[in-house]
Amino acid sequence: MSFEEIKLLLTGKFGESVIVGEETAGLQPALLIHPKQISEVCLFLRDHPQTYFDFLACLSGVDYGQEKRFGVVYHLSSIPYQTQLTLKVSVEKPAGPEVLPSFPTVSNVYRTADWHEREAYDLLGIDFEGHPDLRRILLPDDWEGFPLRNDYKSAEYYKGIRID
Amino acid sequence: MINEAFKRYQERIQNLSAEELVLNMGPQHPSTHGVLRLELITDGEIVNEVIPHVGYLHRCFEKHGQSMSYQQTIPYTDRLDYLSSMNSSHAFVMGVERMLGIDQEIPKRVEYIRVLVCELNRIGSHLIALGTYGIDIGAFTPFLWCFRDREHIMGLLEWASGARLLYNFIWVGGLFYDLPVGFEERCKEFVDYFKPKMVELNELLTNNQVFINRTANVGVLPLDVAINYGCSGPMLRGSGLKWDLRRIDGYSVYPELDFDIPVGKGEMGSVGDCWDRFKVRIDEIGESLKMIEQCVERLQKELKRTPDFDPRAKLPRKIIPKAQDYYIRAENPKGELGFYFIADGKTEIPKRVKARGPSFNNLSVLPAISKGVMIADLVAIIGSIDIVLGELDR
Repeated sequence: MSFEEIKLLLTGKFGESVIVGEETAGLQPALLIHPKQISEVCLFLRDHPQTYFDFLACLSGVDYGQEKRFGVVYHLSSIPYQTQLTLKVSVEKPAGPEVLPSFPTVSNVYRTADWHEREAYDLLGIDFEGHPDLRRILLPDDWEGFPLRNDYKSAEYYKGIRID
Repeated sequence: MINEAFKRYQERIQNLSAEELVLNMGPQHPSTHGVLRLELITDGEIVNEVIPHVGYLHRCFEKHGQSMSYQQTIPYTDRLDYLSSMNSSHAFVMGVERMLGIDQEIPKRVEYIRVLVCELNRIGSHLIALGTYGIDIGAFTPFLWCFRDREHIMGLLEWASGARLLYNFIWVGGLFYDLPVGFEERCKEFVDYFKPKMVELNELLTNNQVFINRTANVGVLPLDVAINYGCSGPMLRGSGLKWDLRRIDGYSVYPELDFDIPVGKGEMGSVGDCWDRFKVRIDEIGESLKMIEQCVERLQKELKRTPDFDPRAKLPRKIIPKAQDYYIRAENPKGELGFYFIADGKTEIPKRVKARGPSFNNLSVLPAISKGVMIADLVAIIGSIDIVLGELDR
């Protein structure tokens, strides 16, 4: 199924508002999905007999920096049809430093998203609603801050030990 | 910062029932292949739950990636999966070349040399997987045999690149250096030497009844579970799916080479058990040898070394891709290795580099397939996943 056909399929099922935009300039076209509906869209694309995007290759959290936005990029691939698709969601950075940007989890659709979402939470501080076990994965559980954010400052002390 | 999920996890550990016992495996445990820590909730010899703890080897690859230029990141990709450095840097370099739009201009000889060294490295990586798996099961000799044969590959790659483990050989737009004179002949000698050794290894380990009893019907990974958990490489093929990105994507010169894709057939037990995954790796070594023979033949005939051939001729002076994002995937010995780049079109430094390691996804299936197994079988399952912590923790 081509990119345009997938777009038609999604708007036919969820209405026009599900696709917020698209990026077709690069080598891999991407669909910008409404953040609230990403989980349903993934489930639909996984189970629809014309798409069967059953393999979540990669899930990356992104801090877009100066635009003050956080996003998540999903790289799906379909094993029966041997096609690839990129989905993107993004929200504006919430006001307070304590409030994390939040997206619905897709770990109930693709189990592999479980660890990928934990990693995005760990390094970028992105919250995934409904995730069963959103603990830190690569860093220690008592780590302060999210290192891949653009405004991250390295800590001076870790557990009372000065870091040089 | 302690969050809700961490509290739930602590409560689970603290409120065990009377029969349950927490057993800590790792991070310094020989059968976890590196610094992997597993927390097992056991009932006698039965494992009720496995909680993996990773991150002991986290070296901030992504943070490094977004603070230095593309060429400077290549040595860091070598350190992701340190057993197959060539394959990792090949994937990274291909991604950058496609973003620059120069992937069609790379000379054929360069591409064939890349595939040749990658396949040599793939054999080396599989030999470690097979040898250490023997140790996990309790067979010591295959480990020594595998390391003896891998030494020849290390010697060849050292001759070509100057390093034994972390090569930094494949560069954006070319290679560090052309192959040394006589390399192709030595590769041929290695293939001739190595083929009978594989027969010996099969007799010693693969078809050994003790080994079969320990691995057949253990850790069965059904195909739908494997796909849903994002398993790739020999894990996915061991579950019976013909899925190899060298064929599917047909990158580099793989479409011109003749090779098969071995899959698990459940010969000794059921499809997707530990023995199948092991057998897929054994068969892949044979396929890699076939590819090496074809590459060497072409490098000696139509793509012969000429005095004016310069593998650095196409090297771009400044690497500034257009503003775009791109996801490249390639078939590593462990599975699908992906890099996700975001380039802003202005600087040499990418805005984001995300590495999708195959071991990371392959290991995440472990809690699902090891419920209710014996502790000794758990060791067999971990070994058959073939993880490398360098790329799991990045």
